[in-house]
Amino acid sequence: MRILKITLIILLLIPNLLFADDKFERNKITKNLRCLICQGQSVYDSDSDFANSMKILVDKKLAEGFSENEIYEFFKEKYGDWILYDPDLNKNTYILWLLPILIFLLGGAIIIKKLKFKN
Amino acid sequence: MKDKLIPSIIIISFITIFLIFYKGLQETSIYTPKSEIKKDIPIFSSVKFDSKENISSSEIFNSNKFYLLNIWASWCVPCRQEHAYLMRLSESDQVTLIGLNYKDNFNNAQNFLKKLGNPYETILLDEDGTISIEWGAYGVPETFLIHKNKIVSKYIGPLNEELINEIYSIIK
Repeated sequence: MRILKITLIILLLIPNLLFADDKFERNKITKNLRCLICQGQSVYDSDSDFANSMKILVDKKLAEGFSENEIYEFFKEKYGDWILYDPDLNKNTYILWLLPILIFLLGGAIIIKKLKFKN
Repeated sequence: MKDKLIPSIIIISFITIFLIFYKGLQETSIYTPKSEIKKDIPIFSSVKFDSKENISSSEIFNSNKFYLLNIWASWCVPCRQEHAYLMRLSESDQVTLIGLNYKDNFNNAQNFLKKLGNPYETILLDEDGTISIEWGAYGVPETFLIHKNKIVSKYIGPLNEELINEIYSIIK
């Protein structure tokens, strides 16, 4: 009975294991794409018509042999940087990337100065 | 001097934060993709609405005249509003209207055209919505004016008198 149960579980897991790679890739990409209809949600989380079409298109592009970055480039060309949750560093986004580092350095400098002043 | 410095910094910070938030209130937080023009049209293939024949984009946009690609659906209320303008545009020799029927029921779409008229020379099917994404659209209706295989202008939402006049001024 026990062997039968284990065999059944293994059999049920086989399709999941086979398709895991495709789904993993698709989920990873759609989690980094922003839904334009329900803004604030990723394409992965959203069930809007637009998000569902995006999911189909990501599957199609993966089947055509597009890499993750090529898919991001494709959507960026259509909708702009905003479509990505994790935008690249370029002339439009450098403030976004550098501001936290600048604030961190400024805060550090203030703390060091205060500590030196105390000593 | 030092006694005054800290309160002034706090007041200035509050005023700055207030101004940023106040400006933020006036600006919409809904992102609309920029209507980037002079972009090449996407290469795609689709199925014709009535004959169900396969057709590629190069067969449709094959001359140097103006084309107007309109994404529509029978369930879309704003599409009904703009339909009269499309009918008017279809009378012009300067432009060829192409319809992209978005995620629609065939019978409903046919009834829609029977009732309101068919302004399109060719209608293509976009059953899963992926062709619209190839065009960079994200809803219905959306309209693209095309010339020499490039997108000349893009209109998000229903067309109106003002936009129709703009289209006429471009195509004349």
